Amino acid sequence: MDGADHNGLLVDDVSMVFTLPGGGSVHALKNVTMNLASGELLSVLGPSGCGKTTLLNIIAGFLAPTEGAVFLNGHQVKGPAAERGMVFQQGALFEWLDVRKNISFGPRMMGKPRKETKEKVDHLLNIVGLGDFGDKPVYQLSGGMQQRVALARCLANDPDVILMDEPLGALDALTREKMQGLVLKLWKETGKTIVLITHSVEEALFLGERLIVMAPRPGRIHREYRLPFAERGLTISPREIKASPDFIERREEILSMIWEMEEEIMGGAAQ
Amino acid sequence: MTESTNKRPVAAEEKQPSALMMWLGIADNSFTRQKTVKFGDATAVNSGRLYSIITVVALLVLWWVTTANGWVKPIYWPSFEAVGARWTKLIDQGFRNVPLFEHVYISVYRVLAGVFFGALIGIPLGFAMGLSSVAKGLFDPIVEFMRPIPPLALIPLFILWLGIDETAKISLLFLAALFIMIIAARSGVSGVKISKVHAAYSLGASKFQVLKNVILPNALPEIFTGIRTAMGVCWGTVVAAELVAAEKGVGSMIMIAKNFLQTDTVVIGIIIIGIIGYGIEMIMRLLERWLIPWRGKG
Repeated sequence: MDGADHNGLLVDDVSMVFTLPGGGSVHALKNVTMNLASGELLSVLGPSGCGKTTLLNIIAGFLAPTEGAVFLNGHQVKGPAAERGMVFQQGALFEWLDVRKNISFGPRMMGKPRKETKEKVDHLLNIVGLGDFGDKPVYQLSGGMQQRVALARCLANDPDVILMDEPLGALDALTREKMQGLVLKLWKETGKTIVLITHSVEEALFLGERLIVMAPRPGRIHREYRLPFAERGLTISPREIKASPDFIERREEILSMIWEMEEEIMGGAAQ
Repeated sequence: MTESTNKRPVAAEEKQPSALMMWLGIADNSFTRQKTVKFGDATAVNSGRLYSIITVVALLVLWWVTTANGWVKPIYWPSFEAVGARWTKLIDQGFRNVPLFEHVYISVYRVLAGVFFGALIGIPLGFAMGLSSVAKGLFDPIVEFMRPIPPLALIPLFILWLGIDETAKISLLFLAALFIMIIAARSGVSGVKISKVHAAYSLGASKFQVLKNVILPNALPEIFTGIRTAMGVCWGTVVAAELVAAEKGVGSMIMIAKNFLQTDTVVIGIIIIGIIGYGIEMIMRLLERWLIPWRGKG
């Protein structure tokens, strides 16, 4: 594949090998290729150690792959940049700044006009439902609200791609479900390309238009799905979707797939 | 209705301890009172204020009784009256033609100057060591060598090099503060969560912007702890340095007073040293709460 004339996000035959200090090496990723059209939402699932966070860090530009390359809209990714926004699990907000200053961080760093930034922040505060919390220090907010700030902070920069590393992983079940609705809504309203890494099969199925299940040792793409649930989520309530027979069938299928991989790892470790 | 009141006797209400009893620490607050496990629960330990009052009163009584009856000679420990009289005299005439205030002022000034220059040089050095392998390699041997040496051990060298004037003392305090500040700034820098740095770069920040807007504010709590520690260490060091060689300062005041067997002046000096040391700590804590409200909330 040629990355130069591709529109969207292209992960082109990426491998990542770490050499261990005691000799030997770990194949964190092996020949991973994936292709995301602009505006797609891709979930990535897999047992721990399958290299999904390494993959996200390579797309974000924090790590350079040992082989292969990542392209966004035709140019190669060489480091972090504002075109690829990140939402982390938690603790990545700047606790010395209030909510408003956290959200406006990107535009301020890029030297955007103040008035424009203020309007944007006001707008985003309303979208994520934090209209009254702009002047609060972030550490006074609950975990769910903090992740709303993280989403808004990322959107304030208007990135082409949003990379989410377990963004809802630290939230309680109820808040998590509410936030899934928000992610879905933001995705539809902004039309952003999103890569979402998660441990939750339900979340991956509910949010992803596409789903990649990764396998460990070496980290690689195991299966790929196209899913109808995210589209339905815009008209039908989340609970109804998650209780529908085809959702449950998919969920059980993928769960047992991941269980099998986990068992294999455990078996391998026992020998 | 009558049934439910029967189940819950009003006796509990009558046993409510007064606010005074809780202030004195002879009664627990309403949360602790309901706890059945108290031993090992640090939050169940109250102020015990009554016992603090007893300790202070007992010490004062002991002082008064022993000195008023002449059980302790004034040269070892002065009486209340002697200390009171000396205090008035020190306020009126100063000590050795130097006002008492000036003795205190000069000591505090030396500490502030030492900490100021220590922070001025130490913070950038600590940052460099936390951010660059070259700087870390260059300075690590010096920092690790100097770290366990008590500043007091350097006094003889400083007297040999710089004599006993002001420069010698402030240089010593500077050195005492310097290594504390280097280590504090370095650990503040290395303590930054990588996800914060990554987030900033992904939001389009440059290296300098990451330094100014993420690494520096993130390190501020540690830097502040460093300043607080440096103030405490320097206060101890300045008094000791003045004991060795100085004409002004609280430390020199008690040393010279000892030579004239003015035990009352010595005691007053010790009390002043204690109060100022405590005051520095309190002021730093207030400043910290005011300047760095996000401490420990990241």
